[in-house]
Amino acid sequence: MSVQPSHNKVIGKLLILVFAMFGFGFALVPLYDVFCDVTGLNGKTGGQVAAVETPVIDLNRVVKVQFVASLNANMPWEFKPMTRSMQLHPGESATVDFYARNTSQVDIIGQAVPSVTPGLAASYFQKTECFCFTEQKLAAGEERRMPVIFRIDNALPDDIHELTLSYTFFIKPSTEMTSNNVSLNNNQENSL
Amino acid sequence: MNAVIEEHHHDHKPSGIGRWLFSTNHKDIGTMYLWFSFTMFFIGGALALIIRAELFQPGLQIVEPEFFNQLTTLHGLIMVFGVIMPAFVGLANWQIPMMIGAPDMALPRMNNWSFWLLPAAFGMLLASLVMSILGMGSAPNFGWTFYAPLSTTYGPDSTDYFIFSVHLMGVSSVMGAINVIATIMNLRAPGMTYMKMPIFVWTWFITAYLLIAVMPVLAGVVTMMLTDRNFGTSFFNAAGGGDPVMFQHVFWFFGHPEVYIMILPAFGIVSQIIPTFARKKLFGYTSMVYATASIAFLSFIVWAHHMFTTGMPVAGELFFMYATMLIAVPTGVKVFNWVSTMWKGSLTFETPMLFAIAFVFLFTIGGFTGLMLCIVPADFQYHDTYFVVAHFHYVLVTGAAFSIMAAVYYWLPKWTGHMYDETLGKWHFWLTCISANVLFFPMHFTGLAGMPRRIPDYNLQFVEFNQISTIGAFVFGFSQLIFLYLVIKTVRKGEKAKDKVWEGAEGLEFTLPSPAPFHSFTTPPEVK
Repeated sequence: MSVQPSHNKVIGKLLILVFAMFGFGFALVPLYDVFCDVTGLNGKTGGQVAAVETPVIDLNRVVKVQFVASLNANMPWEFKPMTRSMQLHPGESATVDFYARNTSQVDIIGQAVPSVTPGLAASYFQKTECFCFTEQKLAAGEERRMPVIFRIDNALPDDIHELTLSYTFFIKPSTEMTSNNVSLNNNQENSL
Repeated sequence: MNAVIEEHHHDHKPSGIGRWLFSTNHKDIGTMYLWFSFTMFFIGGALALIIRAELFQPGLQIVEPEFFNQLTTLHGLIMVFGVIMPAFVGLANWQIPMMIGAPDMALPRMNNWSFWLLPAAFGMLLASLVMSILGMGSAPNFGWTFYAPLSTTYGPDSTDYFIFSVHLMGVSSVMGAINVIATIMNLRAPGMTYMKMPIFVWTWFITAYLLIAVMPVLAGVVTMMLTDRNFGTSFFNAAGGGDPVMFQHVFWFFGHPEVYIMILPAFGIVSQIIPTFARKKLFGYTSMVYATASIAFLSFIVWAHHMFTTGMPVAGELFFMYATMLIAVPTGVKVFNWVSTMWKGSLTFETPMLFAIAFVFLFTIGGFTGLMLCIVPADFQYHDTYFVVAHFHYVLVTGAAFSIMAAVYYWLPKWTGHMYDETLGKWHFWLTCISANVLFFPMHFTGLAGMPRRIPDYNLQFVEFNQISTIGAFVFGFSQLIFLYLVIKTVRKGEKAKDKVWEGAEGLEFTLPSPAPFHSFTTPPEVK
């Protein structure tokens, strides 16, 4: 029948749509990050910022910052903040130490993932130094004090008086295999 | 040359297994889709009955919790991808060419391929269940929504079977959708403008676009799972910089249009049946078309209403709540039109009409519970309870599945040339309709009282309602054997069906003889 060419046109257009949507599924991954960065949703803090030479400190305001440390399932570390909470002025630089110890018999590389609550305050939480910027390798039984130097931006909305900074340590995925092989107390189904 | 072959094959069917394996005939492929769906319906139903038997009493009686999780997962996957979707594709295959006056589907060979991918896909999925029963590891056990990291970091080995199976289903659906669109765009009879197409064809046209838009996204999300599991990427792994909540966003970007893929063709079927038995034209044809299109559009901007409890900001919750509420408007237009079509009609209540009316009433209940669920503060209470289970079973069982049954009763005489047994049909309808409500209605109450879904054990206070549900489930399940018997009986023998099967039937398919000839409309009909 003579309709064949017009079929090809329709199929061609629809196939383009199919591949475009397949690509769109993957494009959602960076878009999601961009969206969270722009809106400050999801409690994602930004990367390292430079220290300010002459900080402008807003002495009229006091913000309470709480620190939380937790471990992902199966992570055989001990991990806690050395200070539970502190009060500081916006603009002021502060240091807090976290403590980690590898309680297992093997070397493990960990990656800390930060999160700030309330999520909308995350973009005002600026870190000049953090152990979460790099991976942390702890030998069996090794312990370490890790500092975080941060300040709260002066532009922090007035209705926020209290922030929580939370870190969760994960086993770095690439090392999970090897740690499984030496029969850590991991779930057998894990990553096999 | 082509014409000669057509002549030669006219009403001469190839024989033996080759007729089915190599079939390019839209009617044969439609039949295979429908039988495939029916088979899967009984398999998925059997899994549901084990779930309900376990939930007859609190505590653990029949299955281990680990196996219970596999049952809920496979029940959901089979019913969604193996029953509802193939049944609608089967109906599209049978009906769309006949309703628009085309000789066959536009792409018959691709049609064959898209069907035969399905047994492969479900063979693989069910193989994991068989292996689980034989004690060789777990079948997928993370729920049909396969949230990461439950399905990535913690998924059983069979997850990779599941991923490949979803890929095949996706390819099958996309090819089916391309075929439907090409057929509708290019093969309409002369004179059949878009706004003269039967409403079933319209709803499938829009559904096909939804499929093309979202099945590739599903393929993408399972591909990300595959690379996360096997090739060291971290799309959904927080330790590597990924985000598990993003899984839910991408999944539901597919998942919400998917639920409309499972209901829009149902709207089309009901819009064909009600006018026939009310002996009136469909009220508000144009508004039906626009309502369908607006539901399809809105389905893309409401996905996060499945995720209110993930800790979204209030602005996001409000947006998704209002957008979801907006869907009630075009849906309300449809329900209004169906009721208005019946208004002052000369109604008769043959089995397809009974199922269609039950659809209108019970689907509306499912729609209302959907509205309750979209209210953010209420959803915090309802989330992941049996209230949600009640909601989506009302829209998918008494909604989509009822419409499929209605369609089978409505067109079976056209397909087989025999009238079905009306008494048996009425028995099937009343048993199904009553038992479905006995089965699903109490779930509203257990859900509001706080019973979580997907858990094999429950608090003593829920015993009575669960026992009522289980009794309803077994009556519902075994009533479907009547349907199976009735269909087989009608295929074999029965009173000769008239060409225009129903007194009030309209449409090109009823201008063909019953049973519809193997090749129909080799010369296109004229549509005025």
